Amino acid sequence: MKASKSRSIIPGFGLSFGVMITILSLVVLLPLCSLVVFTLKLTPSEFLYTITRPRVLSGYRVSISTALAAASVNTVMGLIMAWVLVRYEFPGKKLIDGIIELPFALPTAVAGISLTHLTTTNGWVGKIFFDRFGIRIAYTRLGITIALIFIGIPFVVRSVQPVLEKIDIQYEEAAMILGADRRTTFLRVIFPEILPSLISGFTLAFARSIGEYGSVVFIAGNTPYETEIAPLLIMSELQEFDYAAATSIALVMLAIAFVILSINAVLQSKVSRRISGLA
Amino acid sequence: MTLRNNSGPVKWILIILVILFLAVFLILPLVYILMTALGKGVEVYKASITDKYAVKAIQLTVQATLWAVAVNTIFGIAAAWCLTKYAFRGKKIISTFIDLPVTVSPIIAGLIYVLTFGRQSFLYPILDSRGIQIIFAVPGIILATIFVTFPFISRELIPVLNAQGTDEEEAAALMGAGTFTIFRRVTFPHIKWALLYGIVLCTARAMGEFGAVSVLSGHLRGKTNTLPLYIELLYQGYDYTGAFAASSILVIMAVLVLILRLFLERRGQKELDIHK
Repeated sequence: MKASKSRSIIPGFGLSFGVMITILSLVVLLPLCSLVVFTLKLTPSEFLYTITRPRVLSGYRVSISTALAAASVNTVMGLIMAWVLVRYEFPGKKLIDGIIELPFALPTAVAGISLTHLTTTNGWVGKIFFDRFGIRIAYTRLGITIALIFIGIPFVVRSVQPVLEKIDIQYEEAAMILGADRRTTFLRVIFPEILPSLISGFTLAFARSIGEYGSVVFIAGNTPYETEIAPLLIMSELQEFDYAAATSIALVMLAIAFVILSINAVLQSKVSRRISGLA
Repeated sequence: MTLRNNSGPVKWILIILVILFLAVFLILPLVYILMTALGKGVEVYKASITDKYAVKAIQLTVQATLWAVAVNTIFGIAAAWCLTKYAFRGKKIISTFIDLPVTVSPIIAGLIYVLTFGRQSFLYPILDSRGIQIIFAVPGIILATIFVTFPFISRELIPVLNAQGTDEEEAAALMGAGTFTIFRRVTFPHIKWALLYGIVLCTARAMGEFGAVSVLSGHLRGKTNTLPLYIELLYQGYDYTGAFAASSILVIMAVLVLILRLFLERRGQKELDIHK
């Protein structure tokens, strides 16, 4: 039997529960309900028509492909950063550890205009790439990916770092005594341990990236069918007061996010079962 | 001879790779903002950030941030206390709803508020008859800011209160202390650093929110423009110096947040260690 609320001797349950539920209802539940109510009012044909318009489909494609690319880069770099921060000692380590959090602290719009200016064909970085290799960064999908890499940097590092810190050195020592070289030790002993956190960091970065707006909208150029992201399509429908279309596009985005986070949850339980030897 | 103590070329290659990556992706944009902001001289910079509309935008941003911090602090303390000090059903679902706002796209956050308070909502006639305007007005901006920072404070408090347990509060209650006495004298000393840390995170995010606020703002210069929206407006008007000057205010705040974060995390960690 669960202890019932009346059995706790600490007073104040009613007060704290009341305050929590009231604010939660007003800020989260009420808006969520109105989304559900509005969704029920949509007709299936209207919904299908909106989300299968070529421009909307291309918006999803741009959002998903750039988010995948950015999350992949962040996974590789995040693993390396976590490794360097946990395993090596070098001057300036504390500073690097602090800087990694910058994308959380810096407003997305500010990051957006700065990255855009740096990567236009006249910008400090963009000029080098354009003059030497003929590659344009700003106003292309590459630019969107760059912005998404920026905002996704902390996710993988912060999810791998604590796991790497906790790995017991005995297993590595055992592997090496048994004759494994560094590469084998990493691939067979360390990597399986950090894989779940790596997947979860990837998922978080990806989920954040497909919904991102502020940092992307400046660098994207927003050419229909080319660099128009799905959140921007919602925005333009809202500006034309077409709430039905905006909601339809948003529902698909919510479904994508939900699927990604569920896949992650399933993978997490599978991998952890394999590690603990249950499967 | 373990991986930990290796100091071969691999170590330095990886360190240099990390430093280069962070220098290009994180440091360069920051330096660029500050240099462009000051590019036309200190006088132009001063004029840009003391412009009438810039000051209005800063005021509105501060107003929305204060609201978000106030509401989320009250909510955070109540929710963290309730979820850690009592046993009841439905804790998991409540936690899921608390975390929901940070998992949805800011544009979708704006959208659901438009659906709730917009012209097609059942609430609209009631609010309209009383002359209350929420979307495309200041209340909408405040609500959006509260929404996107919703779990920031409770999320910092819950682990600390979980680690601390309920023994001390129970003892205080048995000795006859009331709710507020227990909170002030027993619980609050444990959570003060975590609370401050949560407030810092909440402030940082609240000041910089762009997407959700952009949906709900009427984009009226001097009326419903927050600082990030004002930056967008200047940027689109090709006033780059102005845009980067306004941005530099937010950059300085972000750097301050990072410094405060390091300090508070260390204090909070000490608090957690005591209970381990």
